[in-house]
Amino acid sequence: MSVGAIAEQLLSGMGTSFAIFALTLIFSLPLGLIVSFGRMSKNKLLNMIVRVYISIMRGTPLMLQLFVVYYGPFFLFGIRISSEYRFWAAIIGFVLNYAAYFAEIYRAGIESMPVGQYEAAKVLGYSRSKTFIRIILPQVIKRIVPPVTNEVITLVKDTSLAFVISVSEMFSTAKAIAAAQASVTALVVAGVFYYIFNLIVALSMDRIEKKLNYYR
Amino acid sequence: MNVLEINHINKSFGNLDVLKDISFSVNEGEVVSIIGPSGSGKSTTLRCATFLETIDSGRITYLGEDAASNNEMGRAVYAPKHRLAEIQNNFGLVFQNFNLFPHFTVIKNLVDAPIHVHGRNKDQVYEEAYGWLEKMGLADKAESYPYQLSGGQQQRVAIARALTLNPKILFFDEPTSALDPELTGEVLKVIKDLADMKMTMVIVTHEMIFAKEVSNRVIFMDNGSVLAEDEPEKLFATDNQRIKDFLGKFHGI
Repeated sequence: MSVGAIAEQLLSGMGTSFAIFALTLIFSLPLGLIVSFGRMSKNKLLNMIVRVYISIMRGTPLMLQLFVVYYGPFFLFGIRISSEYRFWAAIIGFVLNYAAYFAEIYRAGIESMPVGQYEAAKVLGYSRSKTFIRIILPQVIKRIVPPVTNEVITLVKDTSLAFVISVSEMFSTAKAIAAAQASVTALVVAGVFYYIFNLIVALSMDRIEKKLNYYR
Repeated sequence: MNVLEINHINKSFGNLDVLKDISFSVNEGEVVSIIGPSGSGKSTTLRCATFLETIDSGRITYLGEDAASNNEMGRAVYAPKHRLAEIQNNFGLVFQNFNLFPHFTVIKNLVDAPIHVHGRNKDQVYEEAYGWLEKMGLADKAESYPYQLSGGQQQRVAIARALTLNPKILFFDEPTSALDPELTGEVLKVIKDLADMKMTMVIVTHEMIFAKEVSNRVIFMDNGSVLAEDEPEKLFATDNQRIKDFLGKFHGI
């Protein structure tokens, strides 16, 4: 099998990898913000639930979490797992995991805002929600771009973990080819693809960072 | 009519009584300065008057309407939220370190609240805002971001921002304490111009000469209490040893 043929097959798997990547970000970025509110909540019960959730998400392997989301419905409730569920199990697993990390990033950003910004907004009559949406959040976003970039880059590589629940993304395709050919060429090509993917991600995030540099 | 009345307010942080039975009032068109040593409760008084801190007991009244007053237990109770929001429209506050919104341009800092919070007519707000910037000598800075301005310019933007809400009374919390002497001068000049326009103001300051020049009345606070309140000439010529000691540390008075 030529490198060209391998690349072609991997590119079809790349579509799934990209879908996992994009869907995870679309859902986990907003969910992370909501989780961060729970983490900062004065409601003790809510606060504790969110702390435990974040602690488990950060403290156990993502691979294990994917297994739990995929097999959980069968072992816990005896629900038969359909094959389409594989992909969505991966999405649910990734979203839950990444939302926990994003929540902590949001929290760090929100808590780093000077109290003077809140006070100025209050005296000018801004309600709490308007203060957050118009004054605080835009500044928080600027501050958290570097740590979010870190997570997004990690996510690109983490999409390969979906192979453990047999989602046919790029890495599982590469592994199958490598096994059939008894050669590591496919894995090397996959590595190059992940690298290019991340190069694009890093450059895009860099552009976003520069765009937000119109103020200090 | 009194724009602001502060009656017997008390406030403590834990065991520390930071305000003890503070009372004073401010008439329309009057400039009142609050002076005194650091930690005497000047800023806390201002923060209570602007609802950034809550009082434990006492009464705060704007234009005859109570924002807070004592219940039968002698504890301060605040007006309902929507009433407080309306009362709050009567005043503006200028902070020691400006607290401009860094992600907004200068003009956006001025117009955002009137348009998006108070729902006022956009064209009219912009016209007023540009007018205030011109009065502050900052017409050419409308499209700049706060970080591109000097401290003195930032503080003048903050004053313009407060004025764009058309407050009946404007509070200043040590408006020049973060500025060097040169920049201090330009901010004090702006405040003086406002005094000439008969703007009602309460100014917490360490600028004694300025306080003497600009104020109709000066309040001296020490250790959480009002020690003296008088016309500036009289207060600065006081016999009170504590005030003399404090003022003696400043030259030219």
